[in-house]
Amino acid sequence: MSDYKVQLDEVFEGPMDLLLYLIKKNEVDIYRIPISKITSQYMEYLDLMKMIVPDVAGEFVVMGATLMYIKSRMLLPEDQQVADPEAVADEMDPRWDLIRQLVEYKKFKEAAEDLQQRELFQESVYSRQQQGLGFDTPTEDGPSLGDLSVFDLLNAFNRVLKRSDAADDLRDIFEDRFTVSDKIDFILKLTAVEERTSFSRLFDGMASKTEIIVTFLALLELIRLRQLRVAQSESFGEIDIVRVKQEEAAAPAQTEGGETEPGSTSGPTNP
Amino acid sequence: MELKSLIEAILFAAQKPLPLKEIKAILARPDESGNSEITRAFKKAKESEISEAIERLKVDYTQQGRSFQIQEVAGAFHLISQPQFAPWLKQLFEERRSGRLSLPALETLAIIAYRQPITRADIEGVRGVAVDGVMQTLLERGLVTITGRAEVPGRPMLYGTTKSFLEHFGLSNINELPAVEELRRVNLNLPESTAPATPETPTPTDAQPATTPEAS
Repeated sequence: MSDYKVQLDEVFEGPMDLLLYLIKKNEVDIYRIPISKITSQYMEYLDLMKMIVPDVAGEFVVMGATLMYIKSRMLLPEDQQVADPEAVADEMDPRWDLIRQLVEYKKFKEAAEDLQQRELFQESVYSRQQQGLGFDTPTEDGPSLGDLSVFDLLNAFNRVLKRSDAADDLRDIFEDRFTVSDKIDFILKLTAVEERTSFSRLFDGMASKTEIIVTFLALLELIRLRQLRVAQSESFGEIDIVRVKQEEAAAPAQTEGGETEPGSTSGPTNP
Repeated sequence: MELKSLIEAILFAAQKPLPLKEIKAILARPDESGNSEITRAFKKAKESEISEAIERLKVDYTQQGRSFQIQEVAGAFHLISQPQFAPWLKQLFEERRSGRLSLPALETLAIIAYRQPITRADIEGVRGVAVDGVMQTLLERGLVTITGRAEVPGRPMLYGTTKSFLEHFGLSNINELPAVEELRRVNLNLPESTAPATPETPTPTDAQPATTPEAS
């Protein structure tokens, strides 16, 4: 599979690419694709690809089938063609869906080329803030907490896992020493002491992969239960784990109670 | 003293791109040590005036053939060197910013940029190939992010571009992309069912009364 990625990606990114290439090579109008000609050429390429890599990506095969289907429909006399209930009168041409998709894809391909131009431009210009002049460049306003997704967590988890790889002894068979509920207790205890703790600290001193994975599962469970929140102050920075205050709901009620009695003497004694 | 010279100095000294709002804030509260008569003149500068001054600076730089220009990135202004000096300026920096994106990544990014918020299935509908690997790269590099979930069966995630995307491509905002109206237009296709690469799936639109399977 990975071989395919290396070899064919450079030639044709997908079936749409191949089709566009064939249309360009034959110098035909994209809106009037000579379907039989393009189909046979497409199949030739498909066979060629199969020779290089036996497991050609399914998408190429599916497109081949689509082309064959369109070709077969076009061979039928018009009055015998299966009426597509969703098609509007001028969309009766069986090629229409494909053409529409090709045109759209082509536009995005052009947009991608434009992005590439911009990328090259950005790469060749230098602005003042990059050099830093030896000072600590002020960190930009970090993304808001909402920017942190489960993928950031997974990435961080992956780093922890990789770190442990060396220490993991694969020859030993571990008994089920670590359970998610144990680790939930562990994390809750840890966050009970400090309201905010860092993600990597959670895994300090853990050598076995099982333990790390179980701890991570426990963390996810606690986030799901809204016991914990995760936050990140800068992109790719350390992820913080923050305990959600249980009294949070009760807190505003107390302050409101204070405001409703403005006339009362200061320092009311709470029971 | 001219407003544009003052802004030029601010942009020159700034360590990060400055949005209009921030330039306005700087003008509004100058250091006490300054000549109050002069500083007062700029205290009330409006964002539109600052914007005009920046435009005048841009014209000046072009006319004088300066070695730098003003670029607006993600709604903020900064000075950048002209691209033709890159071969030399490169020497000043040890490592260059993160590498270029592959063409498949750029294509996927273009689709997301124009059609956001968009589901993975819709991206694949346009490209005709699976985008898992590419999406992973884009998410890791922070160029796209999950913006929510589509209110269709399965509640698939929706993706959109980030501020890093604008910065990476030197865009001020999404509308700066070429042909934005044309490409952003809602897909003519019915929800992905027309894409040849994807098998017939029940369309999320309940308004469509019957998707007759025997049509194919």
